[in-house]
Amino acid sequence: MRRKYVRALGAVGLAAALFAAAGCQASDEGNDAGGDGNCGGKLAIFGAFSGPNSGLVIPSLNGAKLAVRQHNEANADCQVTLQEFDTQGDPTQATPVANQVVGDESFLGVIGGAFSGETKATMDVYEAAGMVMVSPSATAIELTAGDNKAFHRVVGNDATQGAAAAVYFRDVAKAKKVFVINDGTTYGAGIAGELTKALGDLAGGTDQVQEKQVNFAATISKIKAAAPDAVAYGGYTNEAAPLLKQMREAGITATFLGFDGLYDPAFPSGAGAGANGAIVTCPCLPPDKAGGTFSADYEKEYGSPPGSYGAEGFDAAKVLIEGLAEGKTTRKDLLEWVDAYDKEGVSKYLKFDPTGDVDKSRVVIWAYEIKDGAITAQQEIKLS
Amino acid sequence: MNFDALFGNLAQHTVDGLSKGAIYALVALGYTLVYGVLRLINFAHSEIFMVGTFAILGTWSLLGITDTPSIGMAIVYLLIGLLVGAAASGATALTVERVAYRRLRRMNAPPLIFLITAIGVSLVLVEIYALWMAGFFSGRGFSENRLVIGIPAMLKQETVISVAGANITNVQIIMVVSALVMLYGLDQFINRTRYGRGVRAVAQNPDTAALMGVHQDRVIMLVFVLGGLMAGAAALLWNMRYGITKFDIGFVIGLKAFTAAVLGGIGNLRGALLGGLLLGVIEVYAATLTRSTWEDVAAFVVLVVVLIFRPTGLLGESLGKARA
Repeated sequence: MRRKYVRALGAVGLAAALFAAAGCQASDEGNDAGGDGNCGGKLAIFGAFSGPNSGLVIPSLNGAKLAVRQHNEANADCQVTLQEFDTQGDPTQATPVANQVVGDESFLGVIGGAFSGETKATMDVYEAAGMVMVSPSATAIELTAGDNKAFHRVVGNDATQGAAAAVYFRDVAKAKKVFVINDGTTYGAGIAGELTKALGDLAGGTDQVQEKQVNFAATISKIKAAAPDAVAYGGYTNEAAPLLKQMREAGITATFLGFDGLYDPAFPSGAGAGANGAIVTCPCLPPDKAGGTFSADYEKEYGSPPGSYGAEGFDAAKVLIEGLAEGKTTRKDLLEWVDAYDKEGVSKYLKFDPTGDVDKSRVVIWAYEIKDGAITAQQEIKLS
Repeated sequence: MNFDALFGNLAQHTVDGLSKGAIYALVALGYTLVYGVLRLINFAHSEIFMVGTFAILGTWSLLGITDTPSIGMAIVYLLIGLLVGAAASGATALTVERVAYRRLRRMNAPPLIFLITAIGVSLVLVEIYALWMAGFFSGRGFSENRLVIGIPAMLKQETVISVAGANITNVQIIMVVSALVMLYGLDQFINRTRYGRGVRAVAQNPDTAALMGVHQDRVIMLVFVLGGLMAGAAALLWNMRYGITKFDIGFVIGLKAFTAAVLGGIGNLRGALLGGLLLGVIEVYAATLTRSTWEDVAAFVVLVVVLIFRPTGLLGESLGKARA
């Protein structure tokens, strides 16, 4: 209770100070070009908006843009601007972006990163500058395992997704032996490791492939030797599509399960007919299950239903926008605002624990099935 | 190190490796031909392969082919694919030579300029495909498409022969046999025909060849076209076996094929075939023994070791040096 009082007092104090500042600004309006006063501000969003894995990320960018547009239309006197930075999901491209954003004092908060690797590479830069990050889709466990103060995410992490996939194998697919493959990336190896841990003695056989690999003959002969009834893949579409295609052509009929890295329309189209029946887990809601009018709004705006992390992108933006609207127009205030956030979002109830993870009891994980080349919601995976 | 996995089914891994290497070999022929005659490493060759995969994809989509047509139709489609792939790759190779290299050659530009130009041409082709052509050939009009694109399967991959525990599929047989046939044809062409004699003459000594009445530009065009045809055939095999393509698909294949050409002895046609097949087998062995992540390491370790003992590659250089 005491801490809450302190926070409340602090907030009141800050608000008072800001009002005072606003008052000053109001008195000499001519000097302030923007005329924003204590409302609104500038946000940055970064991720793979082009490149091979952009299919995964574009919906969250669109979701965030939608949130900004809705806010700006409703509040003409409190404009929020969102600037996009395309990193292609590459940590080496995300780093200069981070330095650029941090160096520009007008940026108050960041939506991102979209992928774990680029997030890991840049979170220290943002933390040093005291800038809050809210990621719609970076799910690696290690991102919240350290004591980084800047990073928050509105999705569950890979541990919950790995555990959920194990539950799916055990209870839904009734698998006896699961062969686990990963692509050696922060994301892929991490989530595959969590799955293996959760599988216990169901895990039978493993292989690691690499990015840009196209021939999987060796992996396939290992799968054949292990004769599993299910194969799990931690990684992205670029390698998963040819792998699955070659597996099916080699006559392997085992259930194929991938994680949210494959929640991407390019996956079924790349893997062709072989993708039918494949399972993709995702800590993202089926679009029609999202709260409020989000799904309809999104479809109206972009002409297609929100894909992976569309609702999460909207939520991530919303958390920050509401802060800006409340007059949290310094980096420090906005960070505190996000830390204390406690409200229903469109994807789930949003409240962050001290590590920056979204409240674990609120995480939802869904299994999707590829049917006739489309990703269709199959069922929610209940963790307990 | 999982020796059981490797030696438990060595024959199977060898077959997998040979079929993987067949594509390297066909692409390597293009590098080796151009190098043998011009002493130029044509880094744009990987993109000539990529163009082939897209042209075949585009034609097949245009014909409205879905997965696994009847066997008779599949043969027809494969032949059409071969023609289209070879034509597209050959034409692209010719264009590259005409646009990027010929003028430099006339001006006697130093080799380094050619190298940079080759890399530049390669980047230009990759981006043209990423921005417009990949979208076009996958039926979405001229739009940006950097994603993996699926190609309909022509043949159902089925085991047709089982030898010593190895299940050899129809597609694998087609791949290795086509690579051998193409090499044989090319070898005969270079060594037995009048045009081939011209190629060898220019390779040995361009000036003397010119004095003897060999039209140098024509020979060089021929060499580029031949390399393009091989790349087009490789593209068909690729589409048949892997059934995917992408704007940057050529990069890794090109690098591996170039490695294969060096391993076998750059400038030597038979060396390119040997290097390609060997590289494929080494990669599959290494991936089976450890993890797929290590296949490149193993391949390059073998390359380095071979070059230490045989600096000109396994079979040495022959197109240029006055043999053959």
